Order: sequence, then C-alpha cells, then structure tokens
Amino acid sequence: MPANSRLAWLLNDVAGKRLLAVVLAITVLVPILNLAVPADSFFHVPTYWVSLLGKYLCFALLALAVDLIWGYCGILSLGHGAFFALGGYAMGMYLMRQIGDRGVYGNPLLPDFMVFLNWQELPWYWYGFDNFAFAMLMVLLVPGILAFVFGWLTFRSRVTGVYLSIITQAMTYALMLAFFQNDMGFGGNNGLTDFKDILGFNLHADNTKVALYVLSGVALMIGYLLCRFVVSSKLGRVLVSIRDAESRTRFVGYRVEHYKLFVFVLSAMLAGVAGALYVPQVGIINPGEFSPINSIEIIIWVAVGGRGLLYGAVIGAILVNYGKTYFTGAFPEVWLFMLGGLFVVSTLFLPQGVVGVVQQWKQKRAERKAFKQVTPSASPQAKPDSSTAAVETAS
Amino acid sequence: MNVRTKHIPQHMLYVNGVTVSFDGFKALNNLSFVVAPGELRAIIGPNGAGKTTMMDVITGKVKPNQGDVFFRDTIDLTQHDEADIANLGIGRKFQKPTVIESLSIFENLELALVGNRGVFKSLFHTLSATQLARINEIIALVGLSERRNELAGALSHGQKQWLEIGMLLIQDPDLLLVDEPAAGMTDHETAMTAKLLREIAGERSVVVVEHDMEFIKALDCPVTVLHEGRVLAEGTLDQVQNNEQVIEVYLGR
Repeated sequence: MPANSRLAWLLNDVAGKRLLAVVLAITVLVPILNLAVPADSFFHVPTYWVSLLGKYLCFALLALAVDLIWGYCGILSLGHGAFFALGGYAMGMYLMRQIGDRGVYGNPLLPDFMVFLNWQELPWYWYGFDNFAFAMLMVLLVPGILAFVFGWLTFRSRVTGVYLSIITQAMTYALMLAFFQNDMGFGGNNGLTDFKDILGFNLHADNTKVALYVLSGVALMIGYLLCRFVVSSKLGRVLVSIRDAESRTRFVGYRVEHYKLFVFVLSAMLAGVAGALYVPQVGIINPGEFSPINSIEIIIWVAVGGRGLLYGAVIGAILVNYGKTYFTGAFPEVWLFMLGGLFVVSTLFLPQGVVGVVQQWKQKRAERKAFKQVTPSASPQAKPDSSTAAVETAS
Repeated sequence: MNVRTKHIPQHMLYVNGVTVSFDGFKALNNLSFVVAPGELRAIIGPNGAGKTTMMDVITGKVKPNQGDVFFRDTIDLTQHDEADIANLGIGRKFQKPTVIESLSIFENLELALVGNRGVFKSLFHTLSATQLARINEIIALVGLSERRNELAGALSHGQKQWLEIGMLLIQDPDLLLVDEPAAGMTDHETAMTAKLLREIAGERSVVVVEHDMEFIKALDCPVTVLHEGRVLAEGTLDQVQNNEQVIEVYLGR
C-alpha cells in the first residue's frame, strides 16, 4: 500500500488515465499511419494532417497551462497568449540562426530582415540563440521571468479578479505593439519565418514533421502529469482554497502571493513550451500571436471543455480548434460569430463544459438504472404517477 | 492536549491607545484593553462600534494610525501581515462562516493544520500518523466524524461555523478571535458552541464578539462594551447590563 499511496495522485485520476491513453494512442498511431501506410491506402494520414494535429496538441498544452491557474487558483489570465508567443519567438530565433547563409541575402550572421534594415551587427539579445540548448533554456526562462516579474508586482499588491484580467490583457497588447516595431529586432510585423532546419533536420521533410508531432504528444502527456501532480498535492488544495476564499487562506497562515506566483510561473513556462513546439510546425511566428483575441480564445477552449479538471481543457482545446479548422474552411465568415456564441452558451448553459454535460448524463443514466433495479416489475417507461393515472382511467 | 514549552506572558494581548480612521471617520478611537493568558472575553457593542475593525487591527488586515498592539508582551503586531500573524498563533473566525466549500471537511482541517506553510513543502507534503490523529481528534471534537469526506459546501450553516472553529483549533493558536459564532445557529447549537468555547479557554485566550445576549450569558465571562471605537464599560454581564451609559447606548437616545 505505501508504494501505491505515493502514486495515488495518478491512480485515482480515472478520466486522466483514459485521456493519457488516447493521447498516447494517437501519438503512436498517427506517425505509423503516415509513414508506414502507403499514400494511396484508405488508412494513410497525410502529412498535412500530422502537422495540424501537432498544432492541436500544442494548443491543448496551452489550455492545460491556463486551466492550472484559472480552474484551480481562480487567476483569469487574458494574456496567456503572450507566454506562448514568447516561447515561440525563442524557438524562432534559434531557427533563424540555423538558416545561416542560406537566406535571400546570404549573410552568414544576420537574418534576412536585419540585412534588409541595413543593420551591421547582430543585436546582443540574439547572441547564444545559435545554440539549441541555450534557446530551449530561453523557451522556459523568458516566459518564466516575465511571469515572475508581472506576478510579483500584481499579486503582492493584491490585484485580483477582473482587474488582474484587464492588466494581463494590457500586457499582451503592449507586447504585440512592441513586437510590431522593426526596431525591436524581431522582424516587425512579418515576424520570423522561412525556417530551413532544426538540429540539422530539414523542417519540410515528413520525418521531421512527424518527429515534432510526436514531441508535441509527449510534451502534452508530461505537462498533464505535471499539472495533475501539482493539483493533487497539498499545494493544489491550497490553490483551491485561494480560489474559493482568499482571505481565509491568508488568515490560516498561507502566503497567498507566493502560491499564486509559483503556479503562474509554472503555467507561463508550460505555455512557452507549447509555443516553442508550435512554431516549427507552422513555420512562422509573428506579433499576431500576441493579439488579445488569441488569449481570449484560450479561455474559450477551457470553458467549453470544462475548467478545473485538466482533461476538460485538453478536450476543449482540441474540439474548438477542430471546429475552427472545419468552419473557417466551410463557412469562413461565420466562425467569429460561432466562437462568440460558443462562449455565451458555455457560460450560460454549460458551467462545467462539455465534460460536465457528459458527467451529468452518466449520473442520470446510473440513477435510472438504480431505479430500475429497485423496482424490477415496473415497466421501464411508466413513471409511478402515470401508472396510477392509468389504473384510475381503467377503473 | 499538547505540551507547551513557551513561557506564559503577562498579557496575551495588549492594545493601547489604538486609533484607526477611514477618511476622517474614526472607526477606533483611542481603544485600550488587555486580554490575559487563558482568559475568555466577550466583546459587545452596537453596529459600527468598531468590533470588526478591532479584529482587523489585531490580525494585521488594517494598520492603526496610532497606538500599540502587542501579542505575548513582546511581539508588535503592527509590524506583521496576516499570514505572519496567523503563524505567530492568532486564529480568526469570520462573521460569515468561511470554509473552503469545494474541499472536504478532512481537507479543510488538513489545510489549517499547524505546520510549514512554504510553497515547495506543500508540493511534496505527506501526512504523518500524528498529524492524521490530530485531524481525527479535531473532527470528533466539532462533531463531524461521520461527514469527514463530504464537501464542506454541503454542511449546514451551524456546522460550517463549527468546522471553522475546528480549523482555528488545529492551527494551535494562543489567541482565538471569534466573530459572532452563534449567528444563524439553533438554540441547541448555540449552547453547544458556548460550551466548546469555555472548554477551549483556559488553555488558550479567546475573544468572542457577539450580539446574542443569551449566548454571552452562557459564556459566563467578563464583558467589554465598545461604543464609537472605544471601551464604554467592562465587567460581568450583570454589571454592564445595569450600567447607565450602556443602557443609553443600546436603547437609543
């Protein structure tokens, strides 16, 4: 038993285990169906779909990061797209340096956009990004440090609720405006693109795309386990306590701001990883990723899936993004209305999201079953009152 | 219950000349009183007398404009924040019962259990056998043993009050501040609560703010009457009830 109780956080999470099984299955199966099945077979998965699914997995990781702070600690961040984008830019900078002298202008040191702006030397903050390990460290550190500074200032001043949401929104908007500037040295409104390879592997090769897809699946699983571990610990219960009764938590003796800061930084780092995996799969990162609407969309994914459950966020992200892919293709002009409608509907009618609806339905079915077992002679359709009414009319 | 190695201070709580003003309105006006170790003290007063502000000052939520607040003779409470003060050994129960509704009764008490409050300690925290026994002891004391795994949100109003008192006790405080514990309770629950608080006092100091005179009578302890931010009268319940000034304040002018 003691060995079991160490892993109880994982073993008791039935829905989570199912989700992990599904993610594992698609992480393994999709590459096989893409690489090993001939292209004319019915079961072949085109590479286009592999990258698309990889994108969904990155979004699922991002949704997980948001659910960790919103669902469990009540921090409604409307600026989480910023951490995602920063992780993406860190990866993008590495990919830009990888181009080397194969750019349009053939400059071995400067990326094309810098040559175009007549820059003579590489800005200091681009140093080190030719090293993959350094760039990966930055994927974690840049969002983490921004979240730490931002969180330190706001949580210590006890900025909560809608005020915090507005400030996070302002943060991502400010970053968007800054990254649009050519002088910033991040490629202005074109962003970073025309990537060639990653660690020497051609980004346009099927194998590389499949590998990135598998990495996204693995990252999602690790991210899920990490989040589940955190929310199942006593720290997770302190987070819930902060969400439900912040001042009570303070008077019990917990430093609320430290807990918020921890979970906010962790969440920002997860978002950064999601962004770093996203960029090589879509082949571009530009300031549009900082736009406030992106951050609000993340909230919709989590709300639609069901917040405060972790697996709800993953399901929501994949469902809504599949819907987006389908509807922006089929009826491009109605998608934004649908997105808005989705938010209204999920807020008004689905407080627990899609997962909540399924749970309610299951519970009802279980109750009905229990009722049938208690009264085996009663016909299944007849409710007690209608059967007495039938007796009365018969007599 | 547990062995206390700390020395016994002269005053558990020493409040001297405390003034708090909000935009010129003096919520507390030169308030002074002391609470002895192990004492049970009731504080009454009409609405706006400054009872809640007094609690806010003691627990670090509000900083006084003037005056001294000392805990255990030497600790200056005006220099600490809420979390610090809670860890120093002052527990507070709110007027409206505040328990963590989406956690179970057991988890509520686990959260309040005295121990390290650090972030990383919490991440890898496991309960020891002694801690588990302590939680079970408190659950039994507040009469919630059968419902230990239910969500605290499912409890009745009175039971939430009891759970909150349990959360205070398990923090092992030297001083408990209890704001209107009998509000919304049945007569039976009120009597039980008074009994519980009398049992707790002696080992710890307890300050109870209350409106319900029956409850104060059941507590059978010294009473302090607050009015307009300062002490109007002090004494037994009979003494203050027969005090001319108190009658005037309560019955209106």
